[in-house]
Amino acid sequence: MAEAFIYDHVRTPRGRGKPNGGLHAVTPIELTTQVLESLRDRNDLDTSYLDDVVLGCVSPVGEQGANIARVAVLTAGYEQNVPGKQLNRFCASGLEAVNTVAAQVMAGQSDLGIGGGVECMSRVPMGSDSGAMAADPRVAYDTYFAPQGIGADLIASKYGFSRDDVDGYAVESQNRAAHAWESGYFNDSVISVKDMLGMTVLDRDEHLRPGTTKEDLANLNPAFLIPGQQAGFDAVALQRYPEVERIDHVHTGGNSSGIVDGAAGVLIGNKEIGDALGLKPRARIKGFASIGSEPTIMLTGPAPSAEKVLKRCGMTTKDIDLFELNEAFASVVLRFMQALDLDHDQINVNGGAIAMGHPLGATGAMILGTVLDELERRDDSTALVNLCVGAGMGTATIIERV
Amino acid sequence: MKTIDYQVEDGVAILTIDVKERTMNVLTPDLIKDLRSALEQVKGDDAVKGAVITSAKDSFVAGADLMQMVKAYDDGRSAADKYKDSRSFQSLLRDIETSGKPFAAAINGTALGGGLEICLACHYRVAADNPKSVLGLPEVQVGLLPGGGGTQRLPRLIGQQAALQLMTQGTHVKPAKALEHGFVHAVVAADQCVAAAKQWVLEVGDPEQPWDKKGFKIPGGAGLMHPGSIQTLMVGSALIARETNHNYPAPIAIMSCVYEGTVLPIDQGLDIESKYFTSLLMDPVSRNMTRTLFINKGAADKLVRRPQGVEKSRVSKLGILGAGMMGAGIAYVSALAKMEVVLLDRDRDSAEKGKDYSRKLLQKRIDRGRTTADKAEAILERIKTTEDYADLEGCDLIIEAVFEDLGIKADVTAKTEAVIPETAIYASNTSTLPITGLAKASKRPEQFIGIHFFSPVDKMPLVEVILGKETGDRATAVALDYIQQIRKTPIVVNDSRGFYTSRVFGTYTNEGMTLVGEGVNPALIENVAKQAGMAVGPLAVMDEVTLELGYHVAQATEKALGDDYAPNSGFPVMLKFVEELDRRGKRFGKGFYDYPEGGTKHLWQGLADVYPPAEVQPTAEEVKKRLLYVQALDTVRCLDEGVITHPADGDIGSILGWGFPPYTGGTLSLIETVGLQTFVDECDRMAEAYGERFTVPDSLRERAKAGRGFYDETDGAEARSAA
Repeated sequence: MAEAFIYDHVRTPRGRGKPNGGLHAVTPIELTTQVLESLRDRNDLDTSYLDDVVLGCVSPVGEQGANIARVAVLTAGYEQNVPGKQLNRFCASGLEAVNTVAAQVMAGQSDLGIGGGVECMSRVPMGSDSGAMAADPRVAYDTYFAPQGIGADLIASKYGFSRDDVDGYAVESQNRAAHAWESGYFNDSVISVKDMLGMTVLDRDEHLRPGTTKEDLANLNPAFLIPGQQAGFDAVALQRYPEVERIDHVHTGGNSSGIVDGAAGVLIGNKEIGDALGLKPRARIKGFASIGSEPTIMLTGPAPSAEKVLKRCGMTTKDIDLFELNEAFASVVLRFMQALDLDHDQINVNGGAIAMGHPLGATGAMILGTVLDELERRDDSTALVNLCVGAGMGTATIIERV
Repeated sequence: MKTIDYQVEDGVAILTIDVKERTMNVLTPDLIKDLRSALEQVKGDDAVKGAVITSAKDSFVAGADLMQMVKAYDDGRSAADKYKDSRSFQSLLRDIETSGKPFAAAINGTALGGGLEICLACHYRVAADNPKSVLGLPEVQVGLLPGGGGTQRLPRLIGQQAALQLMTQGTHVKPAKALEHGFVHAVVAADQCVAAAKQWVLEVGDPEQPWDKKGFKIPGGAGLMHPGSIQTLMVGSALIARETNHNYPAPIAIMSCVYEGTVLPIDQGLDIESKYFTSLLMDPVSRNMTRTLFINKGAADKLVRRPQGVEKSRVSKLGILGAGMMGAGIAYVSALAKMEVVLLDRDRDSAEKGKDYSRKLLQKRIDRGRTTADKAEAILERIKTTEDYADLEGCDLIIEAVFEDLGIKADVTAKTEAVIPETAIYASNTSTLPITGLAKASKRPEQFIGIHFFSPVDKMPLVEVILGKETGDRATAVALDYIQQIRKTPIVVNDSRGFYTSRVFGTYTNEGMTLVGEGVNPALIENVAKQAGMAVGPLAVMDEVTLELGYHVAQATEKALGDDYAPNSGFPVMLKFVEELDRRGKRFGKGFYDYPEGGTKHLWQGLADVYPPAEVQPTAEEVKKRLLYVQALDTVRCLDEGVITHPADGDIGSILGWGFPPYTGGTLSLIETVGLQTFVDECDRMAEAYGERFTVPDSLRERAKAGRGFYDETDGAEARSAA
């Protein structure tokens, strides 16, 4: 089996997912185009060598419809022989795209590809593609569908995380992200998004609220109280988990991932192509796995997905230097740490989506890049990246520096 | 035609429905046949321009013939056959709609279910301004859905959201509201109704429904490409999940009919409706709800258990002994029913406090605009508070609701009988003391009876009538007549400790406490109970009635039974809570739950220290079986012992008396639903695992072997009564 190496990665800054967000005026195709252009230009890449460009996008409708990956290949001026594909594994799509390209390379069916993602949530809101999962009565009812915020609160209730616990986690994320930005940890990988005249539109994540305290967070209202108590979703959750007395609604806008706009790309290839193109490999992709987990609680996929990829790679958690788990909600990470017996100083060491935002289709590729940069900064070796996923899934990847 | 009078006036066929042997028109096979004949006649006659459908009775058409519908589940016919049948009424209506001639519905009175569906298939609907009239599609309340096209026509008229709300709740609306919703075109004076319909046929007469016209768009949109409907569907499904706990298949079937059917041409939508309707006929829930809540309850309300040969009676003056919570409630409902009420307690103040209960309830009704101050005053006038037994003279009926003590009860019995007429009936509201024993204090034990109310009296529909050994037919008849006056539903049981309701309900709370003693997670116990459809979890209800009361009852029972007494399996837990932990119930601020001031109750965190959680917790399914089956088994014993004499009383009593889940049809219908042999096998397994309270009575074992249901041998009295 061939090996798949990460040669480079870039990401756009994350703009606030609102009309006043820094990237709101940038179309999704434009954002994606700039990521592809950047990867080409940074590496002086002859794009004709690319076998595929795979991009995650969770709401592929409207401006994000019609296979944005292939279209961006054309608008970025890549050679027309480069195909493209959009995929959707919900919140893990960006990582799934990376895994897909890696699989092609490892299987010897591709030499070089880009895996990444895009989501402009301020322009194409989450849920724009609707779907039977939540809206077909038979389906929603039979699968005990509940929205992700309910799942997050259910995790907190079932596994014993208080409002104080989740707010404490969120403060730490803010502190770490602010520190990382100030210290320039992200400078090499975050590109400036430019307008048509070449002027900078946004060059920094703008969702952050540095200096956030627990007191600040304590003032926020629970975000999922109304869907839980008035729309019936708490009852649905307890039908699946009757051993939980009631749902404690601890998540707010301040301890959940931010809604933002962003795009990212990771350049992946085998050893031979790197040699041929003069690219220096930064890490190998050791293995990856996706799993399905209970859909009503929805967000408990990280632990089993991590366990599966570790087993596949013949490793244990002791072999991992850094963990990077998307901060969809604070309780998700707290539960993962509890399940795998990890310390907070091993995971999300430069903050996460609570501080910086979660552009659904792109995040998986972004956090992969973030942890790779940190491995390099620390001169450490191995990282495990994973994400919780809608409808109860988890996707995990292990990388090892070379 | 047997059921339709067909007259042509000025070129308009007036079809007047009159199903002669019924008080209200229902969709009997004859009526459906006659509608088909009438349609053919209208179509075939060139001199007839169109038709008006109306009714000869005060109501229009009240719906399907539930007496027939209830048989569907057990008739052994295949889904394909049932589907074919369900199509027939539906396609008749579709044929009316596409006949090429205009049909107008003159809705002179109540139109429910299939009755309203006839109207929806007409091209014009005018409702009479009849104060008694209600319109609606209430099929969901008997576990069915509107299978005559209602799920397809109503949303096409008024949009998905409004239609779903009406159909999943089964709401009855007045004509004015129907007009507001948009599913009738006009509301006119009653004597103008047919004329208005006829006028429309002659002057407008459009024979095409909106949805059969080109370019039709359902109001508010349909399907997932329409952002408006997504929220409705998502929240609607979750709310149905919460309300039904997945125990009732009809509401979600209705949602699916609307969701799946409204993006299709109506003919395909109608087909989907028939398929979902058939699936509900194949499900026991509809049989259960129809049999118990409609047919058997209807018969009970018509006093099917009333002894023959006793003249009908009316209570004009009622005497109530004891103005506590129960006495106060009984006074209220009796005053509402226009009786003169004497409310007696040991002193005037206590009696007045009892009357305050009525004042409070009436004030609430005034505040909600449901009655006026004048009417309330008139009701209160009927309640006379007193401490003087002499005021009881002239009472037709006495209801004793004093403290549960033999001595006290005997005392008030003597004092009362010294004053009341010799013909008066004397009833006790006791919930635990056998009537025969109480009757010993009476001069006229044949006129002594138990009338057991449930709390809160103004809300709970059931009354349990208990016959002592000596109780005579007249006392029984008077008690039932009284219960009919106050518009509640009676069951009649024979005397025993705990009668029927208290005794069987006690097996539920006992099982809850037994589970606690085994280290089962209390949240699991409570949630499973509620999700199984019990109104309240066993631990919460134990707290409400107080563990202390349960403890005293157990002590009294031990005293009464002596050597024959054996404590229940849950008694050690109750004992520990009362004697050791001093956690006696809600009234004391703590029991299985903590009751923080101004906050919501929550399970006591300390329970795990007293009863450490079992390593292996039972599944939710197993907890549910234990909680429900233990009640069903004891009901069988009640039937065997002659405490209840008809399975209907067992079923009705369980649902209306203590909130046994309605979808089961009641404790005995549950056994039939599970399957007699399956139930027996499961109980054998549980007897082995958990104790002899799960021992299967021989009668049930034989019944299972013979495949003989509880209702197979009844005399059909219920069915005759309800027709």
